[in-house]
Amino acid sequence: MLTGLGLIFVGAGLAFDLFGCLGLVRLPDVYNRLQAATKCVTMGTCSILFGTFLIVGFQAQGVKALLCIVFLLLTSPVAAHAIARGAHRSGVKLWKDSVVDKYAEDREGEA
Amino acid sequence: MKTLRWFLGAFVLTGLVTFVCVRHLSFLFYPDLPYVDFYGRSLYILILASVLCLYRIARGPTSADRIVAVDILGIMIVGLCSILTISTGRPWYIDIGIAWALQSFISTLALSKYLEGKGFDE
Repeated sequence: MLTGLGLIFVGAGLAFDLFGCLGLVRLPDVYNRLQAATKCVTMGTCSILFGTFLIVGFQAQGVKALLCIVFLLLTSPVAAHAIARGAHRSGVKLWKDSVVDKYAEDREGEA
Repeated sequence: MKTLRWFLGAFVLTGLVTFVCVRHLSFLFYPDLPYVDFYGRSLYILILASVLCLYRIARGPTSADRIVAVDILGIMIVGLCSILTISTGRPWYIDIGIAWALQSFISTLALSKYLEGKGFDE
């Protein structure tokens, strides 16, 4: 029962990973790619790790997988935010059909 | 040119999906593993996603694209190590995954500070 549930979690995580990387290839802009890839791949990898915990059970590997989920959920948004901030400050242009850029307005207000 | 790129992408995707459906990497695992077809094919799917990331690393217009792709590749390898933990029965693969996640986070922060144009000690 738990093994079947874990296999379902692992399959869902694989689908999220694949579609996140497809978005990394197909989307037009750095910020769009960052949005698609970071959210989808973090969710997919956490799902794979939770499936590992359900399959293995309360052994050393399963508890380490739970620890790795907590670590990824803490660090992945921080890394994505740092990349987006660095890209915007280094002058990467937005896509030509983007409609709003709040961070540029805020930085104009600062200066 | 655009139709050529569409045709090439569709050819590669359908070829890899057919390859996943026909064969699986069963020689890596111990022989009496249950659901060995599923684990072998999941390794193929992760390899396909990694190839897409490598395409973005090779052909990113800016350096921010390459940094994003390296970050995503590092997160996906944690999932790969997790699947190898189940399928090979060796418990130290998940330790490699945890260490890789830490290393990937620190390297991404350093690369984004470098992209921002400041020094590393700031």
